[in-house]
Amino acid sequence: MSGLFSMPMLAFEGISYTAERNAALLFGIAFVVAIIYLLRHPFWGVRLKSLGRMPFAMVFLVITLLFITIAWMDGIAWKDTIPEGKQVPLEAKEPRSMLDRSFAMVVGVPEYEYRARSYSAPMATTEFVDKSIEIKHHHLLGTNKTGYDTLYLILKGIKPAVVIGTLPLVIAIPVALLFGVSAGFFGGRVDDFVVYLYTTLASIPSLLLLIALISALGPGLLQVAFGLGIAGWIGLCRLVRGESLKLREMEYVQAATCLGVSRGKIILRHVIPNLLHIVIITAILAFSGLVLSEAVLAYLGIGLEYSWGGIIDNARAELARTPVIWWNFVFSTLAFFLLVLSVNVVGDVLRDLLDPRTTFED
Amino acid sequence: MAAYIIRRLLLGIPTVLGVLLILFTLFFWVARPVDIAKRALGEKAQQEQIDRWIEEHGYHLPKFVNKEASGLNRFTETRFVHYFSDMLTFDFGRSDLDDIPIAYKLKKGALPSLCLTVPMFFVGLFLAIALALLIALYRGTYIDRMSLILCVVGMSLVIFVYIMGGQYLFGKMLNWFPISGWAANHPFHFLALPILVGTLAGLGESIRFYRTIMVNEINSDYIRTSRAKGVSDRDILFKHLLKNAMIPILTRLVMAIPFLFMGSLLLESFFGIPGLGYLTVEAILNNDFSTVSAMVYISAIIYIVANLLTDISYTFVDPRVRLK
Repeated sequence: MSGLFSMPMLAFEGISYTAERNAALLFGIAFVVAIIYLLRHPFWGVRLKSLGRMPFAMVFLVITLLFITIAWMDGIAWKDTIPEGKQVPLEAKEPRSMLDRSFAMVVGVPEYEYRARSYSAPMATTEFVDKSIEIKHHHLLGTNKTGYDTLYLILKGIKPAVVIGTLPLVIAIPVALLFGVSAGFFGGRVDDFVVYLYTTLASIPSLLLLIALISALGPGLLQVAFGLGIAGWIGLCRLVRGESLKLREMEYVQAATCLGVSRGKIILRHVIPNLLHIVIITAILAFSGLVLSEAVLAYLGIGLEYSWGGIIDNARAELARTPVIWWNFVFSTLAFFLLVLSVNVVGDVLRDLLDPRTTFED
Repeated sequence: MAAYIIRRLLLGIPTVLGVLLILFTLFFWVARPVDIAKRALGEKAQQEQIDRWIEEHGYHLPKFVNKEASGLNRFTETRFVHYFSDMLTFDFGRSDLDDIPIAYKLKKGALPSLCLTVPMFFVGLFLAIALALLIALYRGTYIDRMSLILCVVGMSLVIFVYIMGGQYLFGKMLNWFPISGWAANHPFHFLALPILVGTLAGLGESIRFYRTIMVNEINSDYIRTSRAKGVSDRDILFKHLLKNAMIPILTRLVMAIPFLFMGSLLLESFFGIPGLGYLTVEAILNNDFSTVSAMVYISAIIYIVANLLTDISYTFVDPRVRLK
């Protein structure tokens, strides 16, 4: 957890900001393309569009998309060109993300100057410990021990949260699909092997497996994501295997076999599309579990930099102080709650919508 | 039946070996023996002290092939074989950190863990099933919707909110329970709060799980038939529905057994209960690999046995299930 709350907080440790920017751009394009494709798709489109008729779900969908947008903006960073001879603070020479710049625009000063000396309560005019010291900027949600704005820290925590919720899935889903489909579809030795593999992995408690993996691979975003992915593909693989066992016996699959369609084509055309709703729903519901587990990892000291888990971990000790410093804990858990709740609600609604057994009229 | 159990136990052997292989790969390629020894003895330890420590713990052996030995010993006098044979005979050795035998640590930690998790398990189970039955009765109504929303809200809170909130509310403000601590002679004085917090934290998810099962069952034909026959609501719920919902419930229950034994990592470490979860967290924070690997191994074995127990228990609740 080195570098926690040291300004400017930008790329993940060990990943350059340009690489992160490229990844963010790529992700953004893929995300938009996927949404457009799904909305135009004859099966998925109708179901997704019926979300528009559910105001309750729409609110949470919008919140989720807002979180994703903020995370994306935080991934796009660039350096300012500073004219020769001009004196600027050291932080201004560092790459700053779109989120940093927007935040600076809203509060009127660069985000690295928007800080107090130490704790300040939400909207307070004086410092928390020494009431005689007036503070320069008012902080909507207060500041932390080193004087950084809590709201800014929480906004910065969105990117690690979203990344830790999605990156393990990017690793786990292809693995689970590959193993699950081949086990269910081919059966026999392949099936035995896959079942053996996942029972072995499943018999190790997932948190301990994760800890073991991370202590083996070392801390860092990619390592944590890989560990979470390895621990997480088992459940999905089990589901996919069960479903492809069923699909193999379906008439349309048998018809395709009789017509001489190759097995690879059957899997791609008939099996995987019919599994996709399970995969999508499991992924959305797994997202919240992943985000929550990062907090536990932060507590164990193997979390990410400047994540919400890290803020909560730092804020725990502050709760025991008198007078209580509550805002860091309350607001960071609130942000956590809002993201996880929105994703949970969206996932729940989508589960009903995407289930092929529910029927819909356009 | 006996033949089935024996066959299943034999089938567990490759799984145990697989777990050991994973553990060996993860733990023995991570830390160098010198680092572990230095951590145990302190940075200022003499070189010969370190060497002796490494030798005592068997870390000096090469991983797979011992080139210094001759004959069969080339392969048996290695860390790989030693690790496997030690683990398979449940000889966990001493902790890397403080040299206390791990078996002793495990024995000492098991009781506090069980004191915490067993009541938590039963209280949680009883509450969740009772509430789920109630919600299933009111399915499709306002009550059902509200309780589902509450469940999702409960699921979306970080566990720390429950822990810190419980400590703050019941420990600091209302002063009902001590905030944390442990006393072996009257454990439940200290355990009441963690049991309460742990039960509440898991309630949302389990109620939702049981509700789905109950609603699936309540819509089935046999319930309609018994209703038409004039069976009372109480008999339908407890005699018909609960019995039929038993298979998914049992699956979930037995899968929770390893966690009963393991204790709850976070609850124990926050409430200062010296159980196995606390032990594990301490071991993780101090890079005490030997203790962590022993814990992982034991919980894997319990999981495998629990898995077998699930399958056997199916025959008791559902006469259609025959084990072959």
